Amino acid sequence: MDPKLRPVIAGFIPLLDCAVPVIAAEMGFAEEEGVALKLVRETSWANIRDRISVGHFDVAHMLAPMPIAATLNLTSLAVPMKAPMLLGLGGNAITVSMDLWQQMTDSGADLKGDPVTTGKALASIIFSRHSDGNPPLRFGVVHPFSGHAYELRYWLAAAGVDPDTHVEISVLAPQVMADALQAKQIDGYCVGEPWNTAAVSAGTGRIVTYKQAIWPDSPEKVLGVTHTWAERNPETLAALLRAFSAAAEWCASPENAEQLAGILSRPDLLSCPMEICMPAITGQMRFDIGEPELSQPDFLSFSGGSKAAPMPAHGRWFFEQMVRWGQASASEEAFSQAEAVFSPQIYRSALGLEDSWLEPAIKLFDA
Amino acid sequence: MNGGLSILVIDDNKIRASIIEEGLQDAGHDKVIVVHQMDGLVRQIADINPDVIVIDLENPNRDQLEHMFQVSRAVHRPIAMFVDSADSQSIEAAVDAGVSAYVVDGLRRERVKPILDMAISRFRAFSKLASDLEEARTELADRKTVDRAKGILMKSKGLSEQEAYDLLRRTAMNQSRKIIDVAQSLVIASGLLGD
Repeated sequence: MDPKLRPVIAGFIPLLDCAVPVIAAEMGFAEEEGVALKLVRETSWANIRDRISVGHFDVAHMLAPMPIAATLNLTSLAVPMKAPMLLGLGGNAITVSMDLWQQMTDSGADLKGDPVTTGKALASIIFSRHSDGNPPLRFGVVHPFSGHAYELRYWLAAAGVDPDTHVEISVLAPQVMADALQAKQIDGYCVGEPWNTAAVSAGTGRIVTYKQAIWPDSPEKVLGVTHTWAERNPETLAALLRAFSAAAEWCASPENAEQLAGILSRPDLLSCPMEICMPAITGQMRFDIGEPELSQPDFLSFSGGSKAAPMPAHGRWFFEQMVRWGQASASEEAFSQAEAVFSPQIYRSALGLEDSWLEPAIKLFDA
Repeated sequence: MNGGLSILVIDDNKIRASIIEEGLQDAGHDKVIVVHQMDGLVRQIADINPDVIVIDLENPNRDQLEHMFQVSRAVHRPIAMFVDSADSQSIEAAVDAGVSAYVVDGLRRERVKPILDMAISRFRAFSKLASDLEEARTELADRKTVDRAKGILMKSKGLSEQEAYDLLRRTAMNQSRKIIDVAQSLVIASGLLGD
Protein backbone atom coordinates (compact mmCIF):
# COMPACT_ATOMS: atom_id res chain seq x y z
CA MET A 1 0.00 0.00 0.00
CA ASP A 2 1.22 3.45 -0.86
CA PRO A 3 1.90 5.10 2.52
CA LYS A 4 0.64 8.43 1.20
CA LEU A 5 -2.84 6.98 0.69
CA ARG A 6 -5.42 7.37 3.45
CA PRO A 7 -6.77 3.97 4.48
CA VAL A 8 -10.55 3.47 4.62
CA ILE A 9 -12.18 0.17 5.59
CA ALA A 10 -15.66 -0.34 4.19
CA GLY A 11 -18.10 -3.13 5.01
CA PHE A 12 -20.59 -4.27 2.40
CA ILE A 13 -23.26 -6.90 1.77
CA PRO A 14 -23.04 -8.75 -1.57
CA LEU A 15 -25.93 -7.24 -3.58
CA LEU A 16 -25.97 -5.48 -6.96
CA ASP A 17 -25.96 -2.10 -5.29
CA CYS A 18 -22.61 -2.71 -3.62
CA ALA A 19 -21.36 -1.77 -7.10
CA VAL A 20 -20.20 1.74 -6.21
CA PRO A 21 -17.77 0.82 -3.41
CA VAL A 22 -16.59 -2.24 -5.35
CA ILE A 23 -15.87 -0.26 -8.51
CA ALA A 24 -14.26 2.56 -6.52
CA ALA A 25 -11.80 0.02 -5.11
CA GLU A 26 -11.33 -2.13 -8.22
CA MET A 27 -11.08 0.44 -11.00
CA GLY A 28 -8.72 2.83 -9.24
CA PHE A 29 -11.22 5.62 -8.47
CA ALA A 30 -10.41 5.50 -4.76
CA GLU A 31 -6.67 5.58 -5.36
CA GLU A 32 -7.03 8.56 -7.72
CA GLU A 33 -8.54 10.44 -4.78
CA GLY A 34 -5.76 9.34 -2.45
CA VAL A 35 -7.79 6.70 -0.64
CA ALA A 36 -6.65 3.11 -0.04
CA LEU A 37 -10.09 1.51 0.10
CA LYS A 38 -10.30 -1.92 1.67
CA LEU A 39 -13.62 -3.73 1.29
CA VAL A 40 -14.85 -6.34 3.73
CA ARG A 41 -17.75 -8.57 2.71
CA GLU A 42 -20.24 -9.21 5.49
CA THR A 43 -22.90 -11.83 6.03
CA SER A 44 -25.63 -9.84 7.79
CA TRP A 45 -26.83 -6.26 8.31
CA ALA A 46 -26.48 -6.93 12.04
CA ASN A 47 -22.74 -7.45 11.48
CA ILE A 48 -22.49 -4.24 9.47
CA ARG A 49 -24.23 -2.39 12.31
CA ASP A 50 -22.06 -3.96 15.03
CA ARG A 51 -18.76 -3.57 13.23
CA ILE A 52 -19.30 0.06 12.27
CA SER A 53 -20.37 0.73 15.83
CA VAL A 54 -17.20 -0.69 17.39
CA GLY A 55 -15.01 0.92 14.73
CA HIS A 56 -13.94 -2.10 12.67
CA PHE A 57 -15.37 -0.32 9.66
CA ASP A 58 -14.89 3.35 8.89
CA VAL A 59 -17.84 3.39 6.49
CA ALA A 60 -20.37 0.87 5.22
CA HIS A 61 -22.86 0.03 2.50
CA MET A 62 -26.12 0.26 4.44
CA LEU A 63 -29.86 0.00 4.06
CA ALA A 64 -31.10 3.60 3.87
CA PRO A 65 -33.13 3.48 7.12
CA MET A 66 -30.27 1.96 9.18
CA PRO A 67 -28.34 5.16 9.94
CA ILE A 68 -31.61 6.76 11.10
CA ALA A 69 -32.44 3.79 13.33
CA ALA A 70 -28.91 3.94 14.79
CA THR A 71 -29.08 7.69 15.36
CA LEU A 72 -32.45 7.44 17.11
CA ASN A 73 -31.26 4.56 19.30
CA LEU A 74 -33.80 2.12 17.85
CA THR A 75 -31.29 -0.74 17.47
CA SER A 76 -28.56 -2.43 19.48
CA LEU A 77 -25.13 -0.78 19.54
CA ALA A 78 -26.71 2.44 18.34
CA VAL A 79 -24.41 5.35 17.54
CA PRO A 80 -25.21 8.67 15.85
CA MET A 81 -24.66 8.30 12.11
CA LYS A 82 -24.80 10.13 8.80
CA ALA A 83 -25.82 8.95 5.34
CA PRO A 84 -23.71 11.30 3.19
CA MET A 85 -24.39 9.60 -0.17
CA LEU A 86 -27.03 7.46 -1.88
CA LEU A 87 -25.27 4.41 -3.33
CA GLY A 88 -28.19 3.20 -5.42
CA LEU A 89 -31.74 4.18 -6.35
CA GLY A 90 -34.43 1.55 -6.95
CA GLY A 91 -33.31 -2.02 -7.55
CA ASN A 92 -35.85 -3.88 -5.38
CA ALA A 93 -38.87 -5.86 -6.46
CA ILE A 94 -41.67 -7.93 -4.98
CA THR A 95 -41.73 -11.53 -6.17
CA VAL A 96 -44.46 -14.09 -5.51
CA SER A 97 -44.78 -17.84 -6.09
CA MET A 98 -46.20 -19.02 -9.41
CA ASP A 99 -49.27 -20.37 -7.56
CA LEU A 100 -50.02 -17.03 -6.00
CA TRP A 101 -49.36 -15.25 -9.31
CA GLN A 102 -51.90 -17.50 -11.05
CA GLN A 103 -54.51 -16.40 -8.51
CA MET A 104 -53.45 -12.77 -8.92
CA THR A 105 -53.85 -12.82 -12.73
CA ASP A 106 -57.29 -14.34 -12.25
CA SER A 107 -58.03 -11.28 -10.10
CA GLY A 108 -56.85 -8.80 -12.73
CA ALA A 109 -53.16 -8.17 -11.88
CA ASP A 110 -51.21 -6.15 -14.45
CA LEU A 111 -48.40 -7.99 -16.28
CA LYS A 112 -46.05 -5.02 -16.25
CA GLY A 113 -45.87 -4.50 -12.52
CA ASP A 114 -48.37 -1.70 -11.99
CA PRO A 115 -48.57 -1.46 -8.18
CA VAL A 116 -52.25 -0.44 -8.17
CA THR A 117 -53.75 -3.44 -9.97
CA THR A 118 -51.27 -5.97 -8.57
CA GLY A 119 -51.92 -4.66 -5.06
CA LYS A 120 -55.70 -4.87 -5.55
CA ALA A 121 -55.45 -8.39 -6.94
CA LEU A 122 -53.32 -9.53 -4.01
CA ALA A 123 -55.64 -7.82 -1.52
CA SER A 124 -58.66 -9.67 -2.86
CA ILE A 125 -56.84 -12.99 -2.41
CA ILE A 126 -55.71 -12.04 1.11
CA PHE A 127 -59.25 -11.07 2.13
CA SER A 128 -60.87 -14.19 0.75
CA ARG A 129 -58.27 -16.36 2.55
CA HIS A 130 -59.07 -14.39 5.68
CA SER A 131 -62.83 -14.92 5.43
CA ASP A 132 -62.37 -18.61 4.52
CA GLY A 133 -60.30 -19.06 7.66
CA ASN A 134 -57.13 -19.99 5.69
CA PRO A 135 -53.74 -19.16 7.17
CA PRO A 136 -52.33 -15.76 6.17
CA LEU A 137 -49.88 -15.42 3.28
CA ARG A 138 -46.23 -15.19 4.35
CA PHE A 139 -43.78 -12.64 2.99
CA GLY A 140 -40.05 -12.22 3.46
CA VAL A 141 -38.04 -9.02 3.76
CA VAL A 142 -34.34 -8.63 4.52
CA HIS A 143 -34.49 -6.42 7.59
CA PRO A 144 -37.11 -4.63 9.69
CA PHE A 145 -35.40 -1.25 9.04
CA SER A 146 -35.22 -1.52 5.27
CA GLY A 147 -36.64 0.00 2.11
CA HIS A 148 -37.88 -3.53 1.35
CA ALA A 149 -40.00 -3.72 4.50
CA TYR A 150 -41.43 -0.24 3.95
CA GLU A 151 -42.15 -0.73 0.24
CA LEU A 152 -43.92 -4.03 0.84
CA ARG A 153 -45.92 -2.57 3.73
CA TYR A 154 -46.79 0.62 1.83
CA TRP A 155 -47.96 -1.33 -1.21
CA LEU A 156 -50.08 -3.72 0.86
CA ALA A 157 -51.56 -0.91 2.96
CA ALA A 158 -52.43 1.13 -0.16
CA ALA A 159 -54.59 -1.82 -1.24
CA GLY A 160 -56.31 -1.91 2.17
CA VAL A 161 -54.27 -4.77 3.65
CA ASP A 162 -52.97 -4.46 7.21
CA PRO A 163 -49.43 -5.84 6.95
CA ASP A 164 -49.36 -6.61 10.68
CA THR A 165 -52.51 -8.70 10.85
CA HIS A 166 -53.56 -9.84 7.36
CA VAL A 167 -50.17 -11.30 6.35
CA GLU A 168 -47.07 -12.58 8.11
CA ILE A 169 -43.83 -10.75 7.43
CA SER A 170 -40.59 -12.37 8.46
CA VAL A 171 -36.91 -11.58 7.93
CA LEU A 172 -34.67 -13.76 5.74
CA ALA A 173 -31.23 -13.30 4.23
CA PRO A 174 -31.50 -12.05 0.60
CA GLN A 175 -29.68 -14.98 -0.99
CA VAL A 176 -32.04 -17.55 0.54
CA MET A 177 -35.32 -15.87 -0.52
CA ALA A 178 -35.67 -17.70 -3.85
CA ASP A 179 -35.05 -21.07 -2.19
CA ALA A 180 -37.52 -20.31 0.60
CA LEU A 181 -40.12 -19.43 -2.07
CA GLN A 182 -39.49 -22.66 -3.92
CA ALA A 183 -39.67 -24.66 -0.67
CA LYS A 184 -43.05 -22.94 0.03
CA GLN A 185 -41.79 -21.52 3.32
CA ILE A 186 -42.97 -18.13 2.07
CA ASP A 187 -45.45 -17.00 -0.60
CA GLY A 188 -43.60 -13.88 -1.68
CA TYR A 189 -40.79 -11.50 -0.80
CA CYS A 190 -39.35 -8.07 -1.33
CA VAL A 191 -35.62 -8.03 -1.99
CA GLY A 192 -32.95 -6.28 -4.04
CA GLU A 193 -31.62 -7.67 -7.29
CA PRO A 194 -30.40 -10.18 -8.37
CA TRP A 195 -32.51 -12.19 -5.90
CA ASN A 196 -35.82 -11.58 -7.71
CA THR A 197 -34.35 -12.56 -11.07
CA ALA A 198 -32.95 -15.67 -9.34
CA ALA A 199 -36.53 -16.94 -8.78
CA VAL A 200 -37.77 -15.72 -12.18
CA SER A 201 -35.01 -17.51 -14.08
CA ALA A 202 -35.58 -20.67 -12.04
CA GLY A 203 -39.24 -20.51 -13.07
CA THR A 204 -40.33 -20.55 -9.42
CA GLY A 205 -41.28 -16.91 -8.95
CA ARG A 206 -42.84 -13.95 -10.70
CA ILE A 207 -42.04 -10.27 -10.16
CA VAL A 208 -45.34 -8.49 -9.48
CA THR A 209 -44.19 -4.95 -8.80
CA TYR A 210 -41.00 -3.08 -8.03
CA LYS A 211 -39.46 -0.24 -6.06
CA GLN A 212 -39.12 2.11 -9.03
CA ALA A 213 -42.89 1.77 -9.64
CA ILE A 214 -43.79 2.20 -5.97
CA TRP A 215 -41.55 5.20 -5.26
CA PRO A 216 -39.66 6.40 -8.36
CA ASP A 217 -35.95 7.28 -7.93
CA SER A 218 -35.98 6.54 -4.24
CA PRO A 219 -32.91 5.80 -2.11
CA GLU A 220 -32.12 2.15 -1.46
CA LYS A 221 -28.60 1.84 -0.06
CA VAL A 222 -26.56 4.65 1.41
CA LEU A 223 -23.03 5.15 2.51
CA GLY A 224 -23.22 4.96 6.29
CA VAL A 225 -20.67 6.61 8.54
CA THR A 226 -20.61 7.37 12.25
CA HIS A 227 -20.85 10.97 13.29
CA THR A 228 -17.55 10.62 15.12
CA TRP A 229 -15.65 9.25 12.13
CA ALA A 230 -17.12 11.91 9.81
CA GLU A 231 -16.05 14.67 12.18
CA ARG A 232 -12.56 13.32 12.71
CA ASN A 233 -11.88 12.58 9.06
CA PRO A 234 -13.60 15.27 6.98
CA GLU A 235 -10.98 15.29 4.22
CA THR A 236 -10.86 11.53 3.88
CA LEU A 237 -14.65 11.41 3.74
CA ALA A 238 -14.73 14.12 1.06
CA ALA A 239 -12.11 12.24 -0.99
CA LEU A 240 -14.07 9.02 -0.60
CA LEU A 241 -17.26 10.73 -1.77
CA ARG A 242 -15.49 12.06 -4.88
CA ALA A 243 -14.17 8.56 -5.58
CA PHE A 244 -17.64 7.07 -5.10
CA SER A 245 -19.14 9.73 -7.35
CA ALA A 246 -16.71 8.82 -10.16
CA ALA A 247 -17.32 5.12 -9.55
CA ALA A 248 -21.09 5.66 -9.67
CA GLU A 249 -20.77 7.44 -13.03
CA TRP A 250 -18.78 4.47 -14.30
CA CYS A 251 -21.49 2.09 -13.04
CA ALA A 252 -24.21 4.19 -14.67
CA SER A 253 -22.60 4.06 -18.08
CA PRO A 254 -24.32 1.45 -20.31
CA GLU A 255 -21.07 0.44 -22.03
CA ASN A 256 -19.72 -0.83 -18.69
CA ALA A 257 -22.77 -2.96 -17.92
CA GLU A 258 -21.30 -6.27 -18.95
CA GLN A 259 -17.99 -5.68 -17.17
CA LEU A 260 -19.85 -4.58 -14.04
CA ALA A 261 -22.01 -7.71 -14.07
CA GLY A 262 -18.87 -9.81 -14.57
CA ILE A 263 -17.12 -8.24 -11.59
CA LEU A 264 -20.12 -8.38 -9.25
CA SER A 265 -20.86 -12.04 -9.99
CA ARG A 266 -17.34 -13.12 -8.90
CA PRO A 267 -16.95 -15.70 -6.10
CA ASP A 268 -15.52 -13.08 -3.72
CA LEU A 269 -18.50 -10.75 -4.30
CA LEU A 270 -22.04 -11.99 -5.08
CA SER A 271 -20.87 -15.45 -6.12
CA CYS A 272 -23.77 -16.02 -8.53
CA PRO A 273 -24.24 -16.62 -12.28
CA MET A 274 -23.43 -13.46 -14.25
CA GLU A 275 -26.72 -13.80 -16.23
CA ILE A 276 -28.84 -13.03 -13.19
CA CYS A 277 -26.90 -9.80 -12.58
CA MET A 278 -27.49 -8.51 -16.09
CA PRO A 279 -31.25 -7.64 -16.14
CA ALA A 280 -31.21 -4.96 -13.41
CA ILE A 281 -27.86 -3.55 -14.57
CA THR A 282 -28.93 -3.25 -18.21
CA GLY A 283 -32.52 -2.28 -17.36
CA GLN A 284 -33.89 -5.19 -19.36
CA MET A 285 -36.04 -6.90 -16.75
CA ARG A 286 -37.89 -10.14 -17.19
CA PHE A 287 -40.79 -10.46 -14.75
CA ASP A 288 -41.75 -14.00 -15.70
CA ILE A 289 -39.75 -16.76 -17.35
CA GLY A 290 -42.48 -17.12 -19.97
CA GLU A 291 -42.70 -13.45 -20.91
CA PRO A 292 -40.51 -11.09 -22.96
CA GLU A 293 -38.07 -8.62 -21.37
CA LEU A 294 -39.36 -5.19 -20.47
CA SER A 295 -37.19 -2.17 -21.01
CA GLN A 296 -36.84 -0.41 -17.66
CA PRO A 297 -33.72 1.72 -17.78
CA ASP A 298 -34.31 3.13 -14.28
CA PHE A 299 -35.13 -0.14 -12.55
CA LEU A 300 -31.84 0.23 -10.64
CA SER A 301 -29.81 3.38 -11.10
CA PHE A 302 -26.48 4.72 -10.00
CA SER A 303 -25.62 8.38 -10.03
CA GLY A 304 -22.49 10.30 -9.23
CA GLY A 305 -24.16 13.66 -9.64
CA SER A 306 -26.67 15.59 -7.58
CA LYS A 307 -29.12 12.66 -7.72
CA ALA A 308 -26.84 10.82 -5.28
CA ALA A 309 -27.16 13.56 -2.69
CA PRO A 310 -29.29 12.49 0.27
CA MET A 311 -32.23 14.78 1.01
CA PRO A 312 -33.85 15.60 4.36
CA ALA A 313 -37.19 14.64 2.78
CA HIS A 314 -35.85 11.08 2.29
CA GLY A 315 -34.94 10.88 5.97
CA ARG A 316 -38.33 12.22 6.89
CA TRP A 317 -40.13 9.64 4.74
CA PHE A 318 -38.20 6.75 6.26
CA PHE A 319 -38.86 8.01 9.77
CA GLU A 320 -42.58 8.35 8.95
CA GLN A 321 -42.59 4.66 8.04
CA MET A 322 -40.90 3.76 11.34
CA VAL A 323 -43.64 5.63 13.16
CA ARG A 324 -46.39 4.23 10.96
CA TRP A 325 -45.35 0.64 11.67
CA GLY A 326 -44.74 1.06 15.37
CA GLN A 327 -40.93 1.00 15.34
CA ALA A 328 -40.55 4.52 16.70
CA SER A 329 -42.63 7.19 18.38
CA ALA A 330 -43.06 10.49 16.63
CA SER A 331 -41.57 13.67 17.98
CA GLU A 332 -40.44 16.86 16.32
CA GLU A 333 -36.95 16.24 17.60
CA ALA A 334 -36.79 12.75 16.13
CA PHE A 335 -38.06 14.06 12.80
CA SER A 336 -35.37 16.69 12.64
CA GLN A 337 -32.70 14.16 13.63
CA ALA A 338 -33.86 11.85 10.83
CA GLU A 339 -33.71 14.77 8.39
CA ALA A 340 -30.23 15.70 9.56
CA VAL A 341 -28.95 12.13 8.90
CA PHE A 342 -29.91 12.72 5.24
CA SER A 343 -28.39 16.18 4.95
CA PRO A 344 -26.87 16.74 1.47
CA GLN A 345 -24.25 19.13 2.82
CA ILE A 346 -21.22 16.83 3.11
CA TYR A 347 -21.75 15.32 -0.33
CA ARG A 348 -22.40 18.64 -2.05
CA SER A 349 -19.39 20.35 -0.59
CA ALA A 350 -17.12 17.34 -1.32
CA LEU A 351 -18.14 17.53 -4.97
CA GLY A 352 -18.21 21.30 -5.11
CA LEU A 353 -21.86 21.36 -6.18
CA GLU A 354 -22.88 24.96 -5.87
CA ASP A 355 -26.16 25.09 -7.74
CA SER A 356 -29.21 25.67 -5.59
CA TRP A 357 -31.06 22.56 -4.56
CA LEU A 358 -34.67 21.85 -3.86
CA GLU A 359 -36.12 19.17 -1.68
CA PRO A 360 -37.63 16.57 -3.99
CA ALA A 361 -41.38 16.13 -3.81
CA ILE A 362 -41.86 12.67 -2.33
CA LYS A 363 -44.41 11.09 -4.64
CA LEU A 364 -45.39 7.47 -4.36
CA PHE A 365 -47.55 5.57 -6.85
CA ASP A 366 -50.83 6.30 -5.10
CA ALA A 367 -50.24 10.04 -4.64
CA MET B 1 -22.34 -20.87 41.03
CA ASN B 2 -24.05 -21.34 37.66
CA GLY B 3 -27.39 -19.99 38.88
CA GLY B 4 -29.13 -22.47 36.61
CA LEU B 5 -29.13 -20.34 33.48
CA SER B 6 -29.87 -22.21 30.27
CA ILE B 7 -27.63 -21.28 27.38
CA LEU B 8 -28.27 -21.88 23.69
CA VAL B 9 -25.25 -21.89 21.40
CA ILE B 10 -26.01 -21.40 17.68
CA ASP B 11 -22.99 -22.19 15.54
CA ASP B 12 -22.81 -24.19 12.34
CA ASN B 13 -19.11 -24.80 12.97
CA LYS B 14 -19.38 -27.99 14.98
CA ILE B 15 -15.82 -27.98 16.31
CA ARG B 16 -16.08 -24.42 17.58
CA ALA B 17 -19.51 -25.09 19.05
CA SER B 18 -18.18 -28.03 21.04
CA ILE B 19 -15.22 -25.98 22.29
CA ILE B 20 -17.66 -23.37 23.63
CA GLU B 21 -19.99 -25.99 25.05
CA GLU B 22 -17.12 -27.60 26.88
CA GLY B 23 -15.92 -24.26 28.26
CA LEU B 24 -19.35 -23.38 29.58
CA GLN B 25 -19.81 -26.80 31.13
CA ASP B 26 -16.39 -26.61 32.76
CA ALA B 27 -17.49 -23.32 34.26
CA GLY B 28 -20.39 -25.09 35.88
CA HIS B 29 -23.18 -24.43 33.39
CA ASP B 30 -24.98 -27.69 32.94
CA LYS B 31 -27.81 -26.43 30.74
CA VAL B 32 -25.99 -25.79 27.48
CA ILE B 33 -27.71 -26.68 24.23
CA VAL B 34 -25.93 -26.48 20.89
CA VAL B 35 -27.75 -26.14 17.56
CA HIS B 36 -26.04 -26.11 14.19
CA GLN B 37 -28.79 -25.03 11.85
CA MET B 38 -31.62 -22.57 11.61
CA ASP B 39 -34.31 -25.01 10.48
CA GLY B 40 -37.07 -25.04 13.06
CA LEU B 41 -35.11 -22.72 15.32
CA VAL B 42 -38.15 -20.70 16.42
CA ARG B 43 -39.76 -23.85 17.71
CA GLN B 44 -36.51 -24.92 19.40
CA ILE B 45 -36.10 -21.56 21.10
CA ALA B 46 -39.70 -21.74 22.26
CA ASP B 47 -39.12 -25.25 23.64
CA ILE B 48 -35.72 -24.60 25.21
CA ASN B 49 -36.73 -21.19 26.55
CA PRO B 50 -33.06 -20.15 26.94
CA ASP B 51 -31.84 -17.34 29.18
CA VAL B 52 -28.81 -16.61 27.04
CA ILE B 53 -28.23 -17.20 23.32
CA VAL B 54 -24.70 -17.16 21.93
CA ILE B 55 -24.28 -16.90 18.13
CA ASP B 56 -21.28 -16.59 15.84
CA LEU B 57 -21.07 -13.48 13.68
CA GLU B 58 -20.48 -15.47 10.49
CA ASN B 59 -24.02 -16.78 10.69
CA PRO B 60 -25.97 -15.22 7.79
CA ASN B 61 -29.20 -15.55 9.75
CA ARG B 62 -28.51 -13.00 12.47
CA ASP B 63 -30.98 -10.52 10.99
CA GLN B 64 -33.66 -13.20 10.93
CA LEU B 65 -32.87 -14.17 14.51
CA GLU B 66 -32.92 -10.60 15.83
CA HIS B 67 -36.27 -9.94 14.15
CA MET B 68 -37.67 -13.14 15.55
CA PHE B 69 -36.65 -12.19 19.08
CA GLN B 70 -38.62 -8.99 18.69
CA VAL B 71 -41.83 -10.20 17.13
CA SER B 72 -42.29 -13.93 17.52
CA ARG B 73 -45.17 -14.90 19.75
CA ALA B 74 -43.60 -18.34 20.10
CA VAL B 75 -40.69 -16.86 22.04
CA HIS B 76 -41.97 -16.48 25.60
CA ARG B 77 -39.80 -13.68 26.91
CA PRO B 78 -38.36 -10.60 25.23
CA ILE B 79 -34.77 -11.18 24.14
CA ALA B 80 -32.32 -8.37 23.45
CA MET B 81 -28.73 -8.16 22.43
CA PHE B 82 -26.36 -8.14 25.37
CA VAL B 83 -25.20 -4.55 25.36
CA ASP B 84 -23.44 -3.47 28.46
CA SER B 85 -23.15 0.23 28.04
CA ALA B 86 -21.02 0.43 31.18
CA ASP B 87 -18.46 -1.75 29.48
CA SER B 88 -18.04 -0.92 25.81
CA GLN B 89 -14.76 -2.82 25.83
CA SER B 90 -16.47 -6.15 26.31
CA ILE B 91 -18.76 -5.48 23.34
CA GLU B 92 -15.75 -4.63 21.25
CA ALA B 93 -13.99 -7.76 22.44
CA ALA B 94 -17.02 -9.84 21.48
CA VAL B 95 -17.23 -8.39 17.97
CA ASP B 96 -13.45 -8.79 17.61
CA ALA B 97 -13.71 -12.42 18.59
CA GLY B 98 -16.65 -12.93 16.21
CA VAL B 99 -19.39 -13.67 18.69
CA SER B 100 -22.59 -12.06 19.84
CA ALA B 101 -24.92 -12.77 22.74
CA TYR B 102 -28.61 -12.21 23.35
CA VAL B 103 -30.21 -12.35 26.76
CA VAL B 104 -33.76 -12.42 28.05
CA ASP B 105 -35.12 -9.28 29.57
CA GLY B 106 -34.35 -8.63 33.20
CA LEU B 107 -31.22 -10.75 33.60
CA ARG B 108 -28.58 -8.95 35.63
CA ARG B 109 -25.32 -8.19 33.89
CA GLU B 110 -23.24 -9.89 36.59
CA ARG B 111 -24.90 -13.16 35.65
CA VAL B 112 -24.43 -12.78 31.92
CA LYS B 113 -21.03 -11.21 31.64
CA PRO B 114 -19.04 -14.32 32.69
CA ILE B 115 -20.86 -16.31 30.01
CA LEU B 116 -20.02 -13.75 27.35
CA ASP B 117 -16.42 -13.60 28.56
CA MET B 118 -16.16 -17.38 28.36
CA ALA B 119 -17.61 -17.38 24.82
CA ILE B 120 -15.16 -14.65 23.80
CA SER B 121 -12.14 -16.51 25.12
CA ARG B 122 -13.24 -19.78 23.52
CA PHE B 123 -13.87 -18.05 20.18
CA ARG B 124 -10.39 -16.56 20.37
CA ALA B 125 -8.91 -19.93 21.21
CA PHE B 126 -10.69 -21.39 18.22
CA SER B 127 -9.48 -18.76 15.78
CA LYS B 128 -5.94 -19.24 17.07
CA LEU B 129 -6.41 -22.95 16.41
CA ALA B 130 -7.77 -22.24 12.94
CA SER B 131 -4.91 -19.89 12.07
CA ASP B 132 -2.31 -22.36 13.38
CA LEU B 133 -3.88 -25.00 11.19
CA GLU B 134 -3.86 -22.66 8.21
CA GLU B 135 -0.19 -21.89 8.89
CA ALA B 136 0.63 -25.58 9.03
CA ARG B 137 -1.20 -26.10 5.74
CA THR B 138 0.67 -23.28 4.03
CA GLU B 139 3.94 -24.59 5.39
CA LEU B 140 3.17 -27.99 3.95
CA ALA B 141 2.20 -26.50 0.59
CA ASP B 142 5.39 -24.40 0.61
CA ARG B 143 7.52 -27.44 1.26
CA LYS B 144 5.87 -29.22 -1.66
CA THR B 145 6.58 -26.29 -3.96
CA VAL B 146 10.24 -26.19 -2.90
CA ASP B 147 10.46 -29.96 -3.50
CA ARG B 148 9.04 -29.51 -7.00
CA ALA B 149 11.47 -26.69 -7.75
CA LYS B 150 14.36 -28.85 -6.55
CA GLY B 151 13.13 -31.69 -8.79
CA ILE B 152 13.05 -29.36 -11.81
CA LEU B 153 16.61 -28.18 -11.16
CA MET B 154 17.87 -31.71 -10.54
CA LYS B 155 16.38 -32.88 -13.82
CA SER B 156 17.31 -29.95 -16.04
CA LYS B 157 20.75 -29.22 -14.61
CA GLY B 158 21.74 -32.68 -13.43
CA LEU B 159 22.21 -31.51 -9.83
CA SER B 160 21.99 -33.46 -6.63
CA GLU B 161 19.17 -32.61 -4.23
CA GLN B 162 21.50 -30.66 -1.93
CA GLU B 163 23.00 -28.76 -4.90
CA ALA B 164 19.52 -27.92 -6.18
CA TYR B 165 18.53 -26.59 -2.77
CA ASP B 166 21.75 -24.57 -2.45
CA LEU B 167 21.11 -23.01 -5.85
CA LEU B 168 17.57 -22.01 -4.82
CA ARG B 169 18.87 -20.55 -1.58
CA ARG B 170 21.70 -18.64 -3.25
CA THR B 171 19.36 -17.20 -5.86
CA ALA B 172 16.93 -16.14 -3.17
CA MET B 173 19.70 -14.45 -1.18
CA ASN B 174 21.10 -12.67 -4.22
CA GLN B 175 17.68 -11.33 -5.16
CA SER B 176 16.62 -10.64 -1.54
CA ARG B 177 13.63 -12.90 -1.98
CA LYS B 178 12.26 -15.82 -0.02
CA ILE B 179 13.18 -19.34 -1.13
CA ILE B 180 9.48 -20.15 -1.53
CA ASP B 181 9.05 -17.18 -3.91
CA VAL B 182 11.98 -18.26 -6.06
CA ALA B 183 10.69 -21.84 -6.04
CA GLN B 184 7.22 -20.66 -7.02
CA SER B 185 8.53 -18.59 -9.95
CA LEU B 186 10.59 -21.54 -11.11
CA VAL B 187 7.62 -23.92 -10.95
CA ILE B 188 5.43 -21.46 -12.86
CA ALA B 189 8.11 -20.71 -15.45
CA SER B 190 8.81 -24.38 -15.93
CA GLY B 191 5.10 -24.98 -16.40
CA LEU B 192 4.96 -22.24 -19.03
CA LEU B 193 7.96 -23.66 -20.87
CA GLY B 194 6.38 -27.10 -20.84
CA ASP B 195 8.94 -28.55 -18.41
